[in-house]
Formats: sequence, C-alpha cells, structure tokens
Amino acid sequence: MLGALIIVFREAIEAGIIVGIVMAVTQGVPGSRLMAGVGIVAGVVGAGLVAAFAGALASALNGVGQEMFNAAILSLAVCMLAWHNIWMASHGRELAADARKLGQEVRSGARSLFALAIVVAVAVMREGSEIALFLYGLVAAGGTTASDLLVGSALGLAAGVALSAVTYFGLATIPPRRLFAVTTGLITFLAAGLAAQAANFLQQAGLAPVMSDTAWDTSAILSDTSLVGRVLHTLIGYSDQPSVLQVVVYAITLAVIFALTKAFAPRVVTRPPQTPLTQNS
Amino acid sequence: MTRTPPLSLLALAIALVAGAAAPAIADDAATVQITLKDHKFDPAESTVPAGKPLVIQLSNQDATPAELESKELRFEKVVAGGGAITVKVRALKPGRYRFFDDYHEATTQGFLVAQ
Repeated sequence: MLGALIIVFREAIEAGIIVGIVMAVTQGVPGSRLMAGVGIVAGVVGAGLVAAFAGALASALNGVGQEMFNAAILSLAVCMLAWHNIWMASHGRELAADARKLGQEVRSGARSLFALAIVVAVAVMREGSEIALFLYGLVAAGGTTASDLLVGSALGLAAGVALSAVTYFGLATIPPRRLFAVTTGLITFLAAGLAAQAANFLQQAGLAPVMSDTAWDTSAILSDTSLVGRVLHTLIGYSDQPSVLQVVVYAITLAVIFALTKAFAPRVVTRPPQTPLTQNS
Repeated sequence: MTRTPPLSLLALAIALVAGAAAPAIADDAATVQITLKDHKFDPAESTVPAGKPLVIQLSNQDATPAELESKELRFEKVVAGGGAITVKVRALKPGRYRFFDDYHEATTQGFLVAQ
C-alpha cells in the first residue's frame, strides 16, 4: 500500500504544485475558480485519453509520438506561462492601482485565465496519464493485493491535493503587494523548468542530438526523485543529471521571459516616495 | 489597446515549431533488444558499444503497462501492456547504466554496459 501511495503521490506532486500556484496567482479574479475547475477536468479527461491510447501514441511518428506529444504540450505550457507573465506585467499594476479599470480589462483578463487553464490542464494530463496507467496495471493484475494498492493510490492522490492546498494557502499568506513579484518569479522559474523537460523529450526523440552530455551529477547529494528533489524539480526545474542542452534551454527561457516581462511593463509607473536606504557594504 | 502579444499568435508559433520538427531518424545506431516479462527485463544486462548512439527496442509481454525510465540514460517512456516501444540513447561513455520500470522501480531493473 505504501508503495502505491508513494508512486501516485510522486506523480501528483508536479500537478499539485502547479494548480496551487495558478490558483494563488488568479486569486480574486472573477471566473478564476471556474478556470481552475475547467483546467482540471480537461486534464483528467486528457489523461484518460492519453493513457487509453498510450500504445498508439508511442508508435506514432516513427515511434517518437510520445516524446513529441510531451515536448509539444510542455512547450505550450511554457508559452502560456510566459504570456501570462507578460500580460500581468502590462496590466497587473493598473488593475491593482485602479479598480474602476477592471471592467474594461475583464475581457483580456479572461484570455489570461484561459492561458492558465491550459497550463493546469497540461500539468494534470501529463501526470494524470501516468497515474491512470499505474492504476490500470493494478486492476489488470488483479489478485488479493489490488484493493490494498488502490487504497494506497487514493491516499497518494489525496496527498497530492493536500500539497496543492499547502501551496495555495502558503502563497495566500504573502501580502498582496508582494504577491505579484513573487508569483511572477515563481512562474518564470516554473516555465524554465518545463522548457528543460521539453528539451529532454526532444533529445530522447533524437531530434536534438546536441549537447547531450551530462552537465552535472548531484544525485548523491539530492536525488530529484526524493520528495524535496521532486518539489524543487517542479518549482525551479532542479534536475540531478541534466544534459548540457537542458541547462542551456533553462537559462535561455529564464532570460527571455524576464526580458519580455520587463519590456512589456508600463514605462511610466507611479513610484512611492523614495525612502533613503540604509547602506551597509 | 493592449501591448501584449495575442494569445492566438503564440499558439500558432507553437504549432509551427512542433510541425517543423519532423522526426529526423538518423543513423548508424546500435540496436538493443529487451523483453519485459513477469516484470523482469530480459536480458537484465546488455553489453553495448560505447561512443555510438543506441536504440533500445523494448517489447512488453506483460498485460500491464510499464514506464521504461532511466535517469543516467535520460529517458522515460510509457509502454502499453503487450506493446512495444523504441527509445533512443545518446552515445555513451564506457560504464554501467541502470534503467527500470517506474511502476516497479525496486524490483524491475536492468543495465546497459557500454564498452
């Protein structure tokens, strides 16, 4: 039972954290709960389909269908996260500063919610399909231990949901004026980590046969399959044996999103009166 | 007026990139054939040439799905019950590399020995 719990929980960590972050980011935005719900439902349905057609997917595109599919949906999530950050940079401050503007911005706000719904759906679908296959295997294998394993799986899933709640309420304790900066940073690192995963799938498909050497091996210090490693893997893209290409893609994604977020931020901002800073050097 | 790039433009860009990256199958790769049966890899250890790209062909003869995974070899791929997959591996330095079924990591594992 414990084994099943751990396997399911491990798969649920990434989706759980991403859902928690997205819900915190959109806290208080009209329609955000609906957005998260639609994203989760779409993700679960997608996971079922991916699991059901795993065989067909694996043999598609000369046998690299699974890799291409993963790389494509991860890239989609990266772009949606980047787009959200840019949108928030160009509108978020206005929204916070002037609630009367909210009415006219709701329509483009809805588009930002749509982008995040896609992110939620992708996260749930990717991890969910592996859980679905694992559960299918348990049921198919039958035997006396199957029900025990299913209980373990249910507990693992519940732990994933709990992690989502911890992430959400943890972020909710951050004062609203700080939250924007924190979530912008979180989303940027999250996106960079997903981009590195996408790069890995392209390498696995043989489409990026460059820089495939291992950049470093820190598996002895912090394995990315451990709980802490897995959480860091989601939050900042930590990997204990990344390829050089993954590191390069990670760095480029970080730089591009930061640069675009800055470029699209309003040039004229109302600054609070400058308070002298204590200098200690 | 918004200065944000339209969402549809981004979606289009992704579709183009995904479409352009048509599978370019190389190569002079060495092939390794492995069977999964009763949750055991057969052979449990394969000797492969070092410095040459590899293709692993895994045939899953169990009724249950498995996820072939290796951190050192850097792949993770689902194989359906009764299904088969191929996995590409970069040219390896000499050494012993572990792979496993992610759903039964403790018991279902195998090795590639690159020489």
